[in-house]
Amino acid sequence: MKSVLYVLTALAVFGLALWAYQENYRTQQVAKETQKLQREIGMAQVRLAVLNAEWAYLNRPDRLRELADLNFERLGLLPLRAEQFGRADQISYAEDPDLPIVDPVELQAITSTQALGEVQIP
Amino acid sequence: MTRTPLRPLARVLDARARGENPKAIERENIRQRHEGMKDRARARAEGRLLVLGLFFFCAFSVVGVRMGMLATSEAQEPLASAPGAAIAMQRANIVDREGRILATNLDTYSVYAQPPAMIDPAAAADQLVAIFPDLDKERLVKDFTGNRKFLWIKKRISPEQKQAVHDIGDPGILFGPREMRLYPNGRLAAHILGGSGFGREGVSAAEVIGVAGVEKQFDDYLRDPANGNKPLQLSLDLTIQAAVEQVLYGGMKIMNAKGASAVLMNAHTGEVISAASLPSFDPNDRPRPPTSGFDPSDSPLFNRYVQGVYELGSVFKIFTAAQAVQLGLVNSETIIDTSGPMRIGRFPIGEFNGKNYGKISVADVIVHSSNRGTGRLALQIGSRRQQDFLEALGMFEPTPFEIVEAAGGEPLKPKKWGELSTVTISYGHGLSTSPMHLAAGYAAIANGGHYVSPTILRKNGAQYGPRVMSESAAKQAQNMLRRVVTDGTASFGDVAGYDVAGKTGTADKPKPRGGYYDEKVIATFATFFPAYDPKYVLIVTLDEPSIVAYGEKRRTAGWTAVPVAAELIGRIAPLLGLRPRLEPEARAAITLTSN
Repeated sequence: MKSVLYVLTALAVFGLALWAYQENYRTQQVAKETQKLQREIGMAQVRLAVLNAEWAYLNRPDRLRELADLNFERLGLLPLRAEQFGRADQISYAEDPDLPIVDPVELQAITSTQALGEVQIP
Repeated sequence: MTRTPLRPLARVLDARARGENPKAIERENIRQRHEGMKDRARARAEGRLLVLGLFFFCAFSVVGVRMGMLATSEAQEPLASAPGAAIAMQRANIVDREGRILATNLDTYSVYAQPPAMIDPAAAADQLVAIFPDLDKERLVKDFTGNRKFLWIKKRISPEQKQAVHDIGDPGILFGPREMRLYPNGRLAAHILGGSGFGREGVSAAEVIGVAGVEKQFDDYLRDPANGNKPLQLSLDLTIQAAVEQVLYGGMKIMNAKGASAVLMNAHTGEVISAASLPSFDPNDRPRPPTSGFDPSDSPLFNRYVQGVYELGSVFKIFTAAQAVQLGLVNSETIIDTSGPMRIGRFPIGEFNGKNYGKISVADVIVHSSNRGTGRLALQIGSRRQQDFLEALGMFEPTPFEIVEAAGGEPLKPKKWGELSTVTISYGHGLSTSPMHLAAGYAAIANGGHYVSPTILRKNGAQYGPRVMSESAAKQAQNMLRRVVTDGTASFGDVAGYDVAGKTGTADKPKPRGGYYDEKVIATFATFFPAYDPKYVLIVTLDEPSIVAYGEKRRTAGWTAVPVAAELIGRIAPLLGLRPRLEPEARAAITLTSN
């Protein structure tokens, strides 16, 4: 009985050692991947920062103003003035299309009575 | 183990035969047995001690070795740290109220030389000068061939320049990574942003530190790695700032002014939406501070809206009037005698161009900008109460505006606040403040009587400070200021739809050695709009303006600062999202086309 217990314990120790060994390597693998991903994120952030800086540089008010001046003939852009404010009811919206007939009414009777009313003498 | 009996019969019999005491044998044996036991116990204890000693030795060795390892090895980030911690950006960005970038970082390179490693110093110097024309060839050759081991060639270079330097191919010319502060909008808001420079420098990195403006004021926040992803959000609006600087620059040129400044502030939150001081500079390439010996206000670094501490003149009159109303001494229709002569001690108090307005209402005192009128109101108020009121408006302390230069804008007040000071300060002479102080003062009138402290940080909702005047006093002051524009000195200031209200001020510039210039003035227009529901305060000052209009040289604010302010309001009010309140249009007139 005792020896069975010893053998079992030894086996359990072996098993645990194997598991710990595997976990160790798996952890190292994950840590390496994390590091790689973090490096990639870092690089992406640097790229993003450069792009943001470039975007800000290209959108600087001086340049936009010059572009608006250069393209005045095509775009006709002028600084916003008070006169350009309008009211919502000044907007000419497109005409509403006719509503679809969802509940058709039989008009035969009306037309026939009308026909009766105005008897045509041939 | 054989156990020796304590009383061996043979020896006992022997002893008896010899007449000795057999008990001695027993005692001897007991003694020997005890000796043996003692020896064994000692041996065991020694063994235990040894084991314990070994254990302690091992434990201490492990601790010692571990400590040694930690001490000698390179520091290393823990691998499984929280994501984002290791990859945070360097110095935090600065953005405007809409999140548009005002300052960001860019990775670039510095180039340095290690002369001992150089192969052909003369040729390298030649090619370096070809790439960087501002380098001095003679000096480079001298440095490269001398006994210097290390020298910086350029602190910041562009990628193209880096490639060109790389193509020289000299092993003694090396690059170090550098982080560079970039202000993509160039000169825009230069005085607020300030600028940055390098602090401690190494080959592989350099500290970027703020040297002025918000960059310096919030240096700790911006440098804190924990804030790497959280930009500093200012209350500025990039679009409006650009429009303000453009219009102000045009106005400064038309009015032949030496400098100009404008402060646009939200009257309820204290947020400064735009602040411009011209001439300005490019924070990417901040000029050196002027060497001593000449007027600091000539430098583009001079920040007129916080450092330009001048007597601002008649714009202060409304504070006197508002306080008189607040104290219940008068209301806006009370008649004040403004006729002369008026003397305080031996100083005569006169009006602009020697006019005499006679008996007019308090509102008309403001409308016509009568010195004697406000002087008499101030005498009724008294020196003590006047000081308390101006102090409550923040006129005695540097503004709490969050840029480092603001602390230098300390108002200048008279050493002794006598009756003369009371009278002159009532119309803005004798107390020097910056336009930012004035903006805070006018904001108190515009928002219904609360002090608000000007801030450059984005705020949410009204930030009312202590009440400095009653709602009705503020309302009456607003109406008086509106009348200044409709029937008074600021008639050029009316902008259709935006009911401008404000007060002009023209003050002679002080000479550096005392006295005042006759021909140099500071023209100020302090205004808020729209008058029916004041939201924004705008202060425009022009430094030494002069134009010729109607055959006369004009310097007063009504002719100079007011038209500029009106143009500014016309441009920025729509950008602020203010809908104009237009009067109903005149009906199309019927024209007679034929008989």
